[in-house]
Amino acid sequence: MSERGSRFPKEKVPLEKIDDYTWRIPKYKPGMRVPGIVFADKNLLEKMQTDRTLQQCTNVAHLPGIYKYSITLPDGHEGYGFPIGGVAATDYDEGVISPGGVGYDINCGVRLLTTNLSEQDIRPKLPQLTNAIFENVPCGLGSRRKDFQVTVHDLERLVMEGVQWVIDQGLGWSEDAEHCEEHGCMKNADPDKVSTTAKNRGLQQIGTLGSGNHFLEIQKVDKIYDAETAKTFGIEHEGQVTLMIHCGSRGFGHQVCSDYLRVMERAVHKYNIVLPDRELACAPGKSKEAEDYYQAMACAVNYAFANRQAIMHWVRQSFQQVFKEDPERFGLKLVYDVAHNIAKIENHKVNGEQRKVWVHRKGATRAFPPGRPEIPADYRAVGQPVLIPGSMGTSSWLLVGTEKAMQVSFGSTAHGAGRMLSRSAAKRRFWGGDVKKALEKRGMCVRAASSVVLAEEADLSYKNVDIVVEVSDKVGIATKVARFVPLAVVKG
Amino acid sequence: MVDVMTLGKKFEFLEHMADAYIAAYGKDLAEAFENAALAMFEVMTEVEEVSPEVEDYVEVAAEDECALLYSWLEALLVKSEINRMFYSKFKVLSLDETSDGFRLKAKIWGEKYNSKRHPHKVGVKAVTYHRMEIIKKPNRVTMRFILDI
Repeated sequence: MSERGSRFPKEKVPLEKIDDYTWRIPKYKPGMRVPGIVFADKNLLEKMQTDRTLQQCTNVAHLPGIYKYSITLPDGHEGYGFPIGGVAATDYDEGVISPGGVGYDINCGVRLLTTNLSEQDIRPKLPQLTNAIFENVPCGLGSRRKDFQVTVHDLERLVMEGVQWVIDQGLGWSEDAEHCEEHGCMKNADPDKVSTTAKNRGLQQIGTLGSGNHFLEIQKVDKIYDAETAKTFGIEHEGQVTLMIHCGSRGFGHQVCSDYLRVMERAVHKYNIVLPDRELACAPGKSKEAEDYYQAMACAVNYAFANRQAIMHWVRQSFQQVFKEDPERFGLKLVYDVAHNIAKIENHKVNGEQRKVWVHRKGATRAFPPGRPEIPADYRAVGQPVLIPGSMGTSSWLLVGTEKAMQVSFGSTAHGAGRMLSRSAAKRRFWGGDVKKALEKRGMCVRAASSVVLAEEADLSYKNVDIVVEVSDKVGIATKVARFVPLAVVKG
Repeated sequence: MVDVMTLGKKFEFLEHMADAYIAAYGKDLAEAFENAALAMFEVMTEVEEVSPEVEDYVEVAAEDECALLYSWLEALLVKSEINRMFYSKFKVLSLDETSDGFRLKAKIWGEKYNSKRHPHKVGVKAVTYHRMEIIKKPNRVTMRFILDI
């Protein structure tokens, strides 16, 4: 391995223990405007110390206008500029917005569907159903549906209207939009702020799952922790069949991020912003550059919502094909759709005062408490559903947002497992075919477009999502509702 | 000093937790650029299965050498997605310093996606600047960069 002579050494970051799940990075560098806060148990923290997670948390604390602290969540790992699994809130007027605080896969997110079926109802047809989904939902490099191709004009409507545009094309039910963060559409989207390159990439990939850690799983409820809240979300009993879709804004969002990183690099010079890392490039909240990025980002957010909506429709169609009955007969209701990579304008209490802030959630899930107007009316009494997918073949979680999250993490919690083994280490250790066999031995159906992805995404390559969720629950920034385990896995 | 372990290698994959961390080598900048491109497509598929039958042309400009590497790889990624092509052969025609930075012109060759012959590995989401470095020594250029996947 030739990493010798690299100019990026790992720094030791000082830490102060606050309690078993909370650690503080003091303002130990002159440029830090606020301290850092890390929510992790001892093991997760030790893992973070093996890469640049804490260094990046420290770097984020340099952002102009940042409030309270730079936050690293239990699943935090090294990202680009910002760590993945982090939150940063900056003042709306005096602070900055940074595309790196959202990431390349804008609105990478998750949606959860419930059914009225039990595991035993679905078992006999499980291989058929998995195959139908694998055929109907384009997975892997370059695959797409012939019957879902959009023109540039369509794409512009889609990125302005999000989920609703897809429903209007006949791909979905009218109530679907209500059960998405932002009702499946950020209103400030302006396609004129998106480059032709991004649009061209978007045209190729709308309605596709993608590869890497993205997946589609048929799951069952393994354990219910909060029966009343679970019931409100449509989770009735253990053994109930559910589905989870995890994907993002594909090449469209990646290009929006990349285009605006360039814009922000120029803005950094123009506005004389001093930053410890090129990938923290940002612009003052009130600048033209910030407005343009926020409008372009909203297009990518809507693209991702639309993408998951189309994919969900093909999942419902797959049930219809296999069971030869109307999909509504099986429930197949959308519980919720949440973003994991997003920036939002929100109001938060800072030092006793309400402040309008840019909240950057990169690998973080919004976790709003009961009563908030942003939450769908039928859930408002219990709080916002929070979806945390595990790695392939392991458990995934439904949690609920809390008041504590508003107090300590700008209404946010973790988003997933976070890797423990590098992709190359995973490939040395596992072989795609063996990974598939091991999952099948545990009773799962597995269909994957790429054997390499299977090896790289082997469940042992990831931290245990249960521990990440445990920390979130213990800190109280989203509490456990139900745990799911997969019956079938579809990968790109 | 030239690292003897890497002599004869066009590129290699280094350890990185979440993504593809690549070292690309060359006797000069131009060759290192070509090998960096090769490495990126090796992340996505088996490059040796991709026949260099369709020729295309790429021209990128940027303010510094790291930005040029970013722009070069991104231009190839965009061409790959939009034209539904994998590329397997790269020839840098010119690499010039201009009044406001650098300009690279190259010919590239590849083939349309063909899932029967091109095994799917992992899609590349984006090129990043994270830990990007270009180290120039006599007769030896090393580029290190991370692809978001």
